[in-house]
Amino acid sequence: MFHSAFLRFNLMCPAGHLLRSTAFTNTVQERRITTCSLRWLNLAASLRPSHPRCVLAELPTHGASHWGRRARWCRWMSSSQSGSISKVPQFPTWEPVAERQLPPPTKVSVDLVDKLERLALVDFGSQEGVECLEKAIRFADQLHVVETEGVEPMDSVLEDRTLYLREDTVTEGNCAEELLRLSRSTEEEYFVAPPGNIPLPKREERTAMLKHSEL
Amino acid sequence: MAASCSGNSALLHKCVQLKSMCNIHQSSGVFMRRIWTSRSKCQLQPKLQSKRAPQMVGVVALEIHAQIHATSKLFSSSRVGFSAPPNSHVSFFDASLPGTLPVLNRRCVEAAVMTGLALNCRINTKSLFDRKHYFYADLPAGYQITQQRVPIAVNGSLSFSYLGGKKRSETMTKSVRVRQIQLEQDSGKSLHDDQRSRTLIDLNRAGVGLMEVVMEPDMCCGEEAAAAVRELQLILQTLGTCQGNMAEGQLRVDANVSVHHPGEPLGVRAEVKNINSARFVARAIDYEIQRQIEVLESGGTVLNETRAFDSKTGTTVSMRDKEGLQDYRFMPEPNLPPLFVYESVATVPDGVDPAHVVVIDRLKAQLPELPGAKRTRLMEEYGILPEHSFTLVSEDGLMDFFERVVQKTKMEPRKLIGWVMKELMGNLNQRNLKVTQSPVSPEALAQLLNLLESGFISSSAAKVVFQEMWKAPEKRVEHLVKELDLGLISDQEELVKICQRVMDAHPDLVQVIRGGNKKVLNKLMGAVQKESKGRADPVHLRNILEEMTS
Repeated sequence: MFHSAFLRFNLMCPAGHLLRSTAFTNTVQERRITTCSLRWLNLAASLRPSHPRCVLAELPTHGASHWGRRARWCRWMSSSQSGSISKVPQFPTWEPVAERQLPPPTKVSVDLVDKLERLALVDFGSQEGVECLEKAIRFADQLHVVETEGVEPMDSVLEDRTLYLREDTVTEGNCAEELLRLSRSTEEEYFVAPPGNIPLPKREERTAMLKHSEL
Repeated sequence: MAASCSGNSALLHKCVQLKSMCNIHQSSGVFMRRIWTSRSKCQLQPKLQSKRAPQMVGVVALEIHAQIHATSKLFSSSRVGFSAPPNSHVSFFDASLPGTLPVLNRRCVEAAVMTGLALNCRINTKSLFDRKHYFYADLPAGYQITQQRVPIAVNGSLSFSYLGGKKRSETMTKSVRVRQIQLEQDSGKSLHDDQRSRTLIDLNRAGVGLMEVVMEPDMCCGEEAAAAVRELQLILQTLGTCQGNMAEGQLRVDANVSVHHPGEPLGVRAEVKNINSARFVARAIDYEIQRQIEVLESGGTVLNETRAFDSKTGTTVSMRDKEGLQDYRFMPEPNLPPLFVYESVATVPDGVDPAHVVVIDRLKAQLPELPGAKRTRLMEEYGILPEHSFTLVSEDGLMDFFERVVQKTKMEPRKLIGWVMKELMGNLNQRNLKVTQSPVSPEALAQLLNLLESGFISSSAAKVVFQEMWKAPEKRVEHLVKELDLGLISDQEELVKICQRVMDAHPDLVQVIRGGNKKVLNKLMGAVQKESKGRADPVHLRNILEEMTS
């Protein structure tokens, strides 16, 4: 669990190397960086490609208000601290990638956003959200610079590990009551959902609906 | 390439076997010609309907979802059970609560490997899991874990024979390529409440292990596809990897159907879903082929769409659920590293307990005798007809019953098979019983047949005794025979007395016989048998009557 989550962060978030560098240090200042960068991830709108250092400048203002979240984050990280020998580099290194080395920036059309929103049932919310997406793509463009000739693609750092296989025995289930309590609507022992396959409202209708729901 | 070769050789092998057993009844030449007619029959079918245009033929591929027969689900330790109270077999993972992770069930992997071996597949020692995304209320995670890129088994074949032709007595043989077998999760169940415009969700089925068997478009008509489904069902049941009950949804068939002119590229296909019996597989596909031919001949185009089969009307209707092409946004499943299985115990890496991994050789050694091999063996060993071998293998427990009777009796299997097929199956079907529920044991039937074979009772008397055995299974066969007074009359004098009585009652017949018409003797014999309740030995009786009428 830990490793795969770690991998995804590294691949997907612009602050991946920041996360990694802070995972093995203990100073208060560094912890604040971790907390902040995590929060920073949630606020996709503030994604900033290829300038990780600038985060530091914003640190003091955000860090204090998210102390509680930091505690959880540190606990999560602590498992990897216990091992004395780590395969993860102790210090981050990076080279800035010049703009001219990158392919032309990707423009995300409104239709594509609409398609993505339909497929993933998410809402980008605004033009700001779309810009954020474009920035994220721009950040990932740096991967084009990496020489991958003759390297087999990986999708997990645990590719050579044995997947644990469990015995075919029953140890779970029988918790209908507990699960049904989580549901907004139930009928006898069923979850209640809207009728199947309702077409999504059109783009404009959706915007109107969202405005209402915010009230 | 390798797969198609092995498929062909398997087919050839089967032909040779079938041919050798058919020699008993007919020349091999006739048999070969039959194979030919069976092949072209499907292709001729559409031509009969449209003589003007060049003939179009149907092309059929099947995707079959088979629920793995296991105690627990694919990735969670909750129970697999049909018709349990709603949502009672659901774990936090099945309900996809945040923070839960999949833990793969070894039994499900073993079932998929065994099925792969039985279908002559290459087993991928490394296979991968993927997420397939779509939104539906009975799929709480928003994605299904499946094997899209590298499934557990690939490049196999399914060989099957079936009885076809006008009288359903010709043996057709066919081999279909199996593209892959993939492990995946089942979804939950939705109950649509149209009146109150809502859906009730039961997640008991969510996460149950499925094997999806994907076949290549190698079939040409409904009958063939239905036979393939039946054979696969039988193989899965024999392996014990799936119970194969189509009514309970343990085996679900989707058919991809298209039509084209032979030699031309394949036409646009439509997918027919919701087919829940082998009989409906045949009807749905034949309807769909005919529909597509008619659409094309009237100048229309076939749409790439999903259609549902309506068993009441026997037609397929568009489900109109795909607006444009579906995009499932496949991605590698991040929570599951690759699945490794090993060729033999020797290839299991150090530090891994061989008892906790899946070893192909070990499963190979456990493979039971498969239906195709069973039928061939039955025909060769006992000299019975192909259609009888089909019934013996298809009816659960019948082959075992038959073989136990064979072991316990001196009667020839070819004579005995009639008793099993007609008397036993007839009675079972009448009472709607399974073979395993038969009140008459194989041993009891063997005793009865021994009495018949040794000449102690006549064939008609044996049938009467057999009926009595159903009513009173606790009684011994000999007792029943005695009780019913059905033993053959061995007392010469008694027999003569009966004959005399009958002759006195039919002086006209006796007159005719004495006049030279010996055929009428049979009538007299029938009358004696009636009088003696079938207890006279026919050969002996004829001798007596001939003597008395001369």
